[in-house]
Amino acid sequence: MEAAQVLLGVMWAGLTLYALLGGADFGGGLWDLLAGGSRAGLPQRRLVEHSIGPVWEANHVWLIFVLVVLWTGFPPVFAAVMSTLYIPLTLAAFGIIGRGAAFAFRKSSTELWQQRLFGAAFALSSVLTPFFLGTVAGAVASGRVPPGLARGSLVGAWVNPTSMLGGVLAVAVCACLAAVYLCDDAVRSRLPGMAEVFRRRALAAAAVTGVVALGGIGVLRADAPRLFTGLTHRALPLVLASAVLGVASIALLWLRRYLLVRGTAALAVAAVMWGWPVAQYPLMLPPAVSFRQAAAEPAVITAVLAVAGAGALLVLPSIAWLLAVQHRLPFERGGPG
Amino acid sequence: MRPALAAPLIAATGPAGGADLVAARTQMALSLGWHIIVACLGVGMPALLLFTEWRGLRRGDDDYLRLARRWAKAVAVLFAVGAVSGTILSFEMGLLWPGLMGAYGQVIGLPFALEGIAFFLEAIFIGIYLYAWDRLSPRAHLLSGVPVMVAGVASAFFVVSANAWMNQPRGFVLQGGRVTHVSPWAAMFNPATPPQTIHMIVAVFMVSGFATASVYAVALLRGRRDRYHRLGFLVPFTVAGALAPVQILVGDYAARFLARYQPTKLAAMEGLTRTGPHAPLSVGGIFVDGRLRHAFEIPNGLSLLVGYSPDTVVQGLDRTPPADRPPVTPVHLCFDAMVGIGVLLLLLAAWLAFSWWRRREIPHSRLFLWPAAASGVLAAVAVEAGWVVTEVGRQPWVVYGRLRTADAVNPAPHLWAGLLLLVAVYTVLTVSTVYVLRLMARARPVAAPQERETA
Repeated sequence: MEAAQVLLGVMWAGLTLYALLGGADFGGGLWDLLAGGSRAGLPQRRLVEHSIGPVWEANHVWLIFVLVVLWTGFPPVFAAVMSTLYIPLTLAAFGIIGRGAAFAFRKSSTELWQQRLFGAAFALSSVLTPFFLGTVAGAVASGRVPPGLARGSLVGAWVNPTSMLGGVLAVAVCACLAAVYLCDDAVRSRLPGMAEVFRRRALAAAAVTGVVALGGIGVLRADAPRLFTGLTHRALPLVLASAVLGVASIALLWLRRYLLVRGTAALAVAAVMWGWPVAQYPLMLPPAVSFRQAAAEPAVITAVLAVAGAGALLVLPSIAWLLAVQHRLPFERGGPG
Repeated sequence: MRPALAAPLIAATGPAGGADLVAARTQMALSLGWHIIVACLGVGMPALLLFTEWRGLRRGDDDYLRLARRWAKAVAVLFAVGAVSGTILSFEMGLLWPGLMGAYGQVIGLPFALEGIAFFLEAIFIGIYLYAWDRLSPRAHLLSGVPVMVAGVASAFFVVSANAWMNQPRGFVLQGGRVTHVSPWAAMFNPATPPQTIHMIVAVFMVSGFATASVYAVALLRGRRDRYHRLGFLVPFTVAGALAPVQILVGDYAARFLARYQPTKLAAMEGLTRTGPHAPLSVGGIFVDGRLRHAFEIPNGLSLLVGYSPDTVVQGLDRTPPADRPPVTPVHLCFDAMVGIGVLLLLLAAWLAFSWWRRREIPHSRLFLWPAAASGVLAAVAVEAGWVVTEVGRQPWVVYGRLRTADAVNPAPHLWAGLLLLVAVYTVLTVSTVYVLRLMARARPVAAPQERETA
């Protein structure tokens, strides 16, 4: 196996972790948005805050990691994607600002009107960010980002059926993961009623995600035939695994096996995440640019792999400690403020 | 990288329209300038915080512990906005400067990858430090903050070393317009890395110290002279003040580095037109028609500073083709502003040192407290001015001598629309950040941990 291949895998693992961890934090924002009035929705909002508060910053770093590996390891791809898709990526960047800053501000403000204002900004940007990132995925996957600087259509590259599918699917997946994790968090925080609320939401979100994914098959067939062929041939095992795991997740939710469903839901998402690159391998920018053409020099790739390896030794145990600490944190009841 | 892909990236598609280039540069300057201040506080304040917590725990001193809790709340907000405003920058590297990243991303990627790891550790341990304050033993809690501090300083080092590379590009060979023989470590440890990183890391602690002390200087001015407020002023002001003379020496080292490695930038900083001995040190003035006018000149000053002798030859702008010269007036005035503020801060530090030596107290005089209350803003202005010097002073190059800024910009149209949006978003962000921090500064001192009371 060559070094560039390994780096590609490392980058994709980073993106998968971002989807599974960071994605759920965005989904938490969506449920915050749908929690209802300030009094009725308070307990749900507090549970969301409780589960994402200590971890969202760390989860967010996965995105930065992916960006840095992309521009270091495959610079022409980074330049092509960022320059052609600068509109959705600028909007996603603003969404990232809005989500993180407003979340911190809401936690630090005391008055109801402040919390409402910051809360709305937090929740809204939690929905917009994954949507725009999803459109970017759709643009690349449907072969709408040519190599070179801003050579693709600045609007058409991300306003098209595959990109819209990518955006909606990203939001649905985030919502689904968040609801599933929140069920488990609610049980852990001894809030059985809340677990029921999020169980209903997780079931609904899973159903929506399933419908979007099924409908997506038709969209891809019409709009991105090459990707469709890849998904129905080489990546078919992963697509099927994702479908099976999705159905299993719904069954486990039905049976209230929240800890298990955490695992199956995450695996279902991971299977889709890996289905995409498997479908288009070895292309990075379909239809023409392969990862080998775009790869940096071997010395660079080796250095980045060494840094990532050494970093993993430091970072992964630290994350484990953070998650352990987070799971032991008591849930604070009490009023607003 | 295959030549077929690399060549068009380096040749780029030709300079973008003037308005879009200006928009891209303004957007980068605004978002970088914003992030730098917040990042300074996010990197520097954990050290102050840990010192205070350590003193409080060791002596069982409640005032120190209350200060630590209070600062932790500010750090929580500053770290969050620092994290997101930093993320925008990594987006903008590609959104605005794909010509730079496509061609040289592999050369300067390594320090960013290292920074990514450092930032990971910062984000993880700040989560533990802030949220598990009462779930860990005091000792374990204090230790959980150490990685935040160390990783913060490390990320400052990595990021600034990437910027240093733009001033002193090393670690690659240009062959027929494409980048080959990349040596990422040589790129990271380029000649500009030591002066730039040391200068910035010292600045980080000065900004954090003066900014934190400013808040308590206001309280002292309002007559709140109890021990809590006095300590809140003294601890950070002492740290920052002690670094003020160090920073002046480091700055001198950085300027002498420029005389050797980037003489055009130094010439712009001093508005020096003609190469020769007896170069004067110029303060103020504006640069018109190829000459610095209305400046106050110290004869032989620059020659003396660069080579310790009035006969030292200092290179002027005349050795650089006009098309390769940076705009002189902003670089020169920002340099003066930075040095002027540095000297003022040094004087304030000396005043406090004298007063402490003679009377063991903070000077009561409003002549001291007013500028002390402004010292945080002044230090931040000095940092901004310093970055204008280094960034504008490098123009018209984005990679010194290798790639022009105009060739690196995204050729897509309507970049100015992104700038307008950014101005709107950052205005709201600034107002909200200041508002929330003020809310915190006004609230009664409390003993409850971060997680509990805001719940």
